[in-house]
Amino acid sequence: MAFIEIQGVSKSFTVNRKTRHVLEDVNLTVERGEFISIVGFMGCGKSTLLNIAAGLQFADGGRVTIGGDIVRGVRKETAYVFQNYSLLPWLSAIGNVQLAVSTAFPSWTKERQLGHSQRYLELVGLGNALHRRPGQLSGGMRQRVAIARAFALEPEILFLDEPFGALDALTRGNLQQELAQLCMATDRLVTTIMITNNVEEALLLSDRIVPMTSGPGATLGPSVDVAMPRPRTAAQLQHDDQALRVRTNVIECLTEYLKTARVRRRPAAGATASDAREPSPAIAVPMENGS
Amino acid sequence: MNAKRLAGFILPLTGIAMAGLLWAATSQYVPDLPSPLKTWQESKIYLLEPFAKRGEMDQGMGRLAYYSLMRVARGFLLGALIGTPLGLLLGLSKTLNRMFDPIIQVLRPISPLAWLPLGLVLFQKSEPAALFAIAVCSMWPTVINGAAGVKAIPQDYWNVAKVLRLSKVTTFVKIVIPSTLPYLFTGYRLSLGIAWLVIVASEMLTGTPGVGGFLWQEYNSLIYAHILLAILTIGFVGFCLDRLMGMAEARLRAI
Repeated sequence: MAFIEIQGVSKSFTVNRKTRHVLEDVNLTVERGEFISIVGFMGCGKSTLLNIAAGLQFADGGRVTIGGDIVRGVRKETAYVFQNYSLLPWLSAIGNVQLAVSTAFPSWTKERQLGHSQRYLELVGLGNALHRRPGQLSGGMRQRVAIARAFALEPEILFLDEPFGALDALTRGNLQQELAQLCMATDRLVTTIMITNNVEEALLLSDRIVPMTSGPGATLGPSVDVAMPRPRTAAQLQHDDQALRVRTNVIECLTEYLKTARVRRRPAAGATASDAREPSPAIAVPMENGS
Repeated sequence: MNAKRLAGFILPLTGIAMAGLLWAATSQYVPDLPSPLKTWQESKIYLLEPFAKRGEMDQGMGRLAYYSLMRVARGFLLGALIGTPLGLLLGLSKTLNRMFDPIIQVLRPISPLAWLPLGLVLFQKSEPAALFAIAVCSMWPTVINGAAGVKAIPQDYWNVAKVLRLSKVTTFVKIVIPSTLPYLFTGYRLSLGIAWLVIVASEMLTGTPGVGGFLWQEYNSLIYAHILLAILTIGFVGFCLDRLMGMAEARLRAI
């Protein structure tokens, strides 16, 4: 049995008596220590899926298990990084981290909790901004605090919801690199599920990339392995053959989803609705070490 | 820049002068209304010796205003102590909100003049009845703003609480309270304004010493200049209270 199993998960929302099926029969298995990226277009239901996996929201059908237990709420061995930082503006950087630490490790002394929080803030390069409030920090620095807060929990599972989505391109590149190193630096085995709409980001960080079809009724496509040693650098990815293949593959796959989704929305424009619902073409990726 | 500053000084003064002129002009036609000058002459002793005590009601304005302020402070605090948790609870619980919203909407518009007799029936004495009226009338903005503040907490913060697995108490102390504080302070400011309105009415009815009690007694003694003095004092004190709360509120929002 895999470490994280998402089985037949579906979810719909009803707004003004109109039901929108966001997720339909989503299946995914993640092994312990794997870094998985789910790549898809904006608004396709990626965040909903991540929220369900993390126990923030609940599925209408199907189930999620972690280590064999059904997920019924946020578990204590998990940490979550939000796209919009989600720091508490009335607490300093260290205050934000310490709030998390004091809840996760209540038996520690206050000094130990503070020292622990400080260590993780220093690890993300914020040693000289410990007592600044989020309002006094740049976007990149805020996301660093959020990442420090997540890592300070020493999680077994890390959920990343477009963690660099709100940052400018340069800051994003920097922070991606740092996250890659941070993931390698911990001696524990951390399993990570990241949501992104950036294929390059997924390539840089993950062991496996899972494309997501466009909603409504989104589901996951066949996953693509990235069999390159981590941590990787952006420059390395520019020229690597395998990176090129994976990139092409994922982008083709996503483009295909976009086409079928358009056809599905306008069945009159050529294909019939039933045509469009046929499974997407299989993706053939040459793999050196496969799953 | 300098001209702007000068205008900022002169324009309000012009407005006050115009209101004074209107007052002076009206006093020419209404025989019982004392002119500004006469008002000053007849009541300057209350302002020049603000803390003198010559009799139960015959006291300096500073002393009378102090009595009223103390009464307002107690009534307002009582209202805030009840209103703050009530507002937060109503914001947190949809069930409680649905249960109590209708009754609040009915109780809210009731005038202090209507609550006071009920207070007298309940407590038999004028002092607790006045506090009761002030508390009951002034707490609604606190309740409503507290509830609105809790409802306005962004989903992000609730998610943080869930993801960090904060306990109910920690969530309340670290997220709900700081997040609603600006709303609560707006509520306190409005509540204090109402409390000051109520104090005059309740003192007039109960005849207790204070600015309102003084006003009513001077009306009964036909000393109209003192009525005007009391009115101006009430306005001035109310203005100062609002400014003070406004400053506290602005300071809080700056965080």
